[in-house]
Amino acid sequence: MVDRLFSRKYSGMRHWLLQRLTAVLMTLYLMLLGALLFAQHPTQYTAWKALLSPLWLRGATLLFLLSLFFHAWLGVRDIFNDYVHPLVLRSFLHGAVAITLIAYSVWSVNILWSVR
Amino acid sequence: MKNARPKNLNLLSIRLPLPALVSILHRASGFLLFLALPFLLLALQSSLKSAIQFQHIADLLSQPAAKLMLVILGWAAIHHLLAGIRHLLMDMHWAITLPKARTSARMVLLSSAILTFLVARWLW
Repeated sequence: MVDRLFSRKYSGMRHWLLQRLTAVLMTLYLMLLGALLFAQHPTQYTAWKALLSPLWLRGATLLFLLSLFFHAWLGVRDIFNDYVHPLVLRSFLHGAVAITLIAYSVWSVNILWSVR
Repeated sequence: MKNARPKNLNLLSIRLPLPALVSILHRASGFLLFLALPFLLLALQSSLKSAIQFQHIADLLSQPAAKLMLVILGWAAIHHLLAGIRHLLMDMHWAITLPKARTSARMVLLSSAILTFLVARWLW
């Protein structure tokens, strides 16, 4: 019954759900990171690098960043839908934001997986 | 489709209700955070590369202008998070009457102001 509402046919419902799901994930991660920063106080390079070196935390950080980029996509897309009316310009902006966020995703993997 | 209904486009003459203010600031702060993304990623990348680059970023972020930017971004993040939590609570039918929505809007504005002030004090 309810799961039909989140099928491909009702994309607005899926976007609504994904926007909130990514928001909750990001909030949980930020609480975790806040606790780690508070506990370890990494004011030096070695401490900062050590904090981010466990694989699980790098995985969580990547999940946070991917959630962030997807959340940003949904939000920025809505902003352009509301304020940018010429179709060609709007399509161009949508495309530019999508490409940028995909590039950020690749960049993030690169940053996090260069930590040893 | 043209219609002749009167429009008031003088934004300065419209008094924005508090829930509307929280809403538009939620959008503005979200967009600001989106614009800040490349700089945050760049800072993360540099800070993890080497001790020298870490120090470079730390020095850069201790400049007054950079601290001001951090306070503004801090406000954006805090407001966006609190307004977002308010949104989710309202999704669950919490505080959806107008008086309660006004109260929660005031709470969001006030708490983000206080938390931003604490961030600023911690940075200086």
